Amino acid sequence: MSEKPKNTEKPKNTEKAEQQRLSVFKTYKLYVGGKFPRSESGRVYEVTDTKGEWLANAPLSSRKDARDAVVAARKAFGGWSGATAYNRGQVLYRVAEMLEGRRDQFVREVAEAEGLSPSKKSDTVKAAAIVDAAIDRWVWYAGWTDKIAQVVGGGNPVAGPYFNLSTPEPTGVVTVLAPQDSPFLGLVSVIAPVIATGNTVIVIASEKSPLPALSLGEVLATSDVPGGVVNILSGRTAEIAAPLAAHQDVNAIDLAGADDVLAKELEVAAADNLKRVVRPQAVDYSVTPGLERLTAFLETKTVWHPTGALGASGSSY
Amino acid sequence: MASTPASTSASAFEYAPAPESRSVVDIAPSYGLFIDGEFTEAADGRVFKTVSPATEEVLSEIAQAGEADVDLAVAAARRAFGTWSALPGSERAKYLFRIARIIQERSRELAVLETLDNGKPIKETRDADLPLVAAHFFYYAGWADKLDHAGFGANPRPLGVAGQVIPWNFPLLMLAWKIAPALATGNTVVLKPAETTPLSALFFADICRQAGLPKGVVNILPGYGDTGAALVGHPDVNKVAFTGSTAVGKAIARQVAGTRKKVTLELGGKGANIVFDDAPIDQAVEGIVSGIFFNQGQVCCAGSRLLVQESIQDELLDSLKRRLATLRLGDPLDKNTDIGAINSAEQLSRITTLVEQGEAEGAERWSPACELPSAGYWFAPTLFTNVTQAHTIARDEIFGPVLSVLTFRTPDEAVAKANNSQYGLSAGIWTEKGSRILAVANKLRAGVVWSNTFNKFDPTSPFGGYKESGFGREGGRHGLEAYLDV
Repeated sequence: MSEKPKNTEKPKNTEKAEQQRLSVFKTYKLYVGGKFPRSESGRVYEVTDTKGEWLANAPLSSRKDARDAVVAARKAFGGWSGATAYNRGQVLYRVAEMLEGRRDQFVREVAEAEGLSPSKKSDTVKAAAIVDAAIDRWVWYAGWTDKIAQVVGGGNPVAGPYFNLSTPEPTGVVTVLAPQDSPFLGLVSVIAPVIATGNTVIVIASEKSPLPALSLGEVLATSDVPGGVVNILSGRTAEIAAPLAAHQDVNAIDLAGADDVLAKELEVAAADNLKRVVRPQAVDYSVTPGLERLTAFLETKTVWHPTGALGASGSSY
Repeated sequence: MASTPASTSASAFEYAPAPESRSVVDIAPSYGLFIDGEFTEAADGRVFKTVSPATEEVLSEIAQAGEADVDLAVAAARRAFGTWSALPGSERAKYLFRIARIIQERSRELAVLETLDNGKPIKETRDADLPLVAAHFFYYAGWADKLDHAGFGANPRPLGVAGQVIPWNFPLLMLAWKIAPALATGNTVVLKPAETTPLSALFFADICRQAGLPKGVVNILPGYGDTGAALVGHPDVNKVAFTGSTAVGKAIARQVAGTRKKVTLELGGKGANIVFDDAPIDQAVEGIVSGIFFNQGQVCCAGSRLLVQESIQDELLDSLKRRLATLRLGDPLDKNTDIGAINSAEQLSRITTLVEQGEAEGAERWSPACELPSAGYWFAPTLFTNVTQAHTIARDEIFGPVLSVLTFRTPDEAVAKANNSQYGLSAGIWTEKGSRILAVANKLRAGVVWSNTFNKFDPTSPFGGYKESGFGREGGRHGLEAYLDV
């Protein structure tokens, strides 16, 4: 069927008195290790729209949730980093496919999260543009998985009877503090490059607008992304980030969603096992990103081997 | 001091002493700091002495930079940055080519100087350090006018003033690794050499003068850790580059937290050298020896953990011990010397402590018969068997001529043991089977993997670690990134 599925759902939580049917609320849950646990702490916090109206309760993750997420991410790292780049590219593209099917849901959630009105045409257009850009970003990164090694790797013409090859490899488990003010496009823009290169990730969703992130977990769970490759936590950014920045089994941290004070504190903690750090910076998420976030989470491995000769001419060493 | 054959059996051939002449190098009784193109005393007049670790002879008295001197040097580098970064790349390239050429012309002098100040054998400074130093300047000279084509977009910009802190194990080579890419990309430099090996950096200052390098582009500030900390912490430094211990690297990472300074760290290692049962044994033995006894094992990428497949353990160890018995320890200026002096009394005591700990924890220690000179800092080549992964000597970087031998049965076990380390700088693989090389190399978490060879370097090749061996790469196209705003 080539027909586009119609969205028949009513806008959630905004039903007016004239509606007869009581809508079904969603219990938002974390996404850890491919499963949807509630927070270990049993806590939630209120998520409101920009006018202060209640949208939902989101899990208030604890330090234990953060540690569980690291375990899940580490467990998933071997398989994901060992997958072929071609395979990873298809998985990322699959995320775009699944998001496209849920486009309307995300337009609604993004509108709510960003304080756009579902009844205002221009606002809906704005929210739709954000979702489209986020979908397209998955497609962009899907295409990078099998090209980044060609762009940043290389063969090195050493002066001696050896050859060596430099290839990029994922750095490991990455913690990402998602941008606070771009809860969907910004979120995708910081997750996709991390996993495109074979890392696994623990994402701390935007503190005040975590719902699009938590819904993205549902998409990832149905997108062939192996469980544990992306783990999504919601709650107080500073509270969750502190144990992750200090965690000895986390290899890198992206501080996009931290203010300057928190960023410094986390960078100090990250020094303890020499995590790779991406400092917060002003980013326009609406434009095509450069390679910075792809390469920030790559190591370069240089492998040497003797050739026994100095070159193709056949002259022996 | 005569060089001492360390063989247990009577040697068929004795070596006559073959010392390189000291007369090619003229060491002044004292040196100042090199700031803004001039040698000056330290603001507070402090000095320290640098000694030859082979004889404990005082070589020279060196001005010790303090905070005020760091301020002056950074200010000089800042002033120079404007014109230096504005020069056409082709002009910067010519300065670097000049430097490379002068290094080649003076390489014998510099090799002897480095051996005197560091204690490493002349055959290493002459055949490894100096050729690589010149090659690094040649390589990065050629990049200076090609940065648009380096893959970082058109017109990549330099960062500004680079504060660089280097170690004592390869004083001039580490200087080259730091200064060549920094200058090629248009940055200016304040460099702090290690307190035990400041001389070659000060001679390099003279090379900068001979090359006509504009004042302030390179500044050299000898000193101790506090000098380095002042440099790293200076608010007008834009880029920090450090090679040294992991502990200091972590301190630097904390120090720069919350700033905009770009940082690269080349830190410690505990390299696994994996020998499979189909390896060419004689070649592997040579690789193991160069892996851990090159520069007295004072190498961050040293292959200090030997992982031998169990089935060839006896054969390999017999062969290795026979080979170690032929190593000649003694006068570093003797061209036949294989093992020179440990760089400092402090480093010697660190090695001694760790080796004693190895024995206390139950590992079995072995050294060939080896007479140590009475003056200077010396440590006999040492091998530990019965080592487990839990032993301190299998986990901590010793930074000395001490090899820990562990065994494995399957390739998976070898990989698991190799990766069982906080470090991830280097590794070695010895096998005749190509697919095994690629499979194992893929799984090793290390920045450099040498297969069927070890301790090879080249300016075209990125070098740097995974995990707590630091971040960033030096060498090759990758090495440019650390000095560019990309």
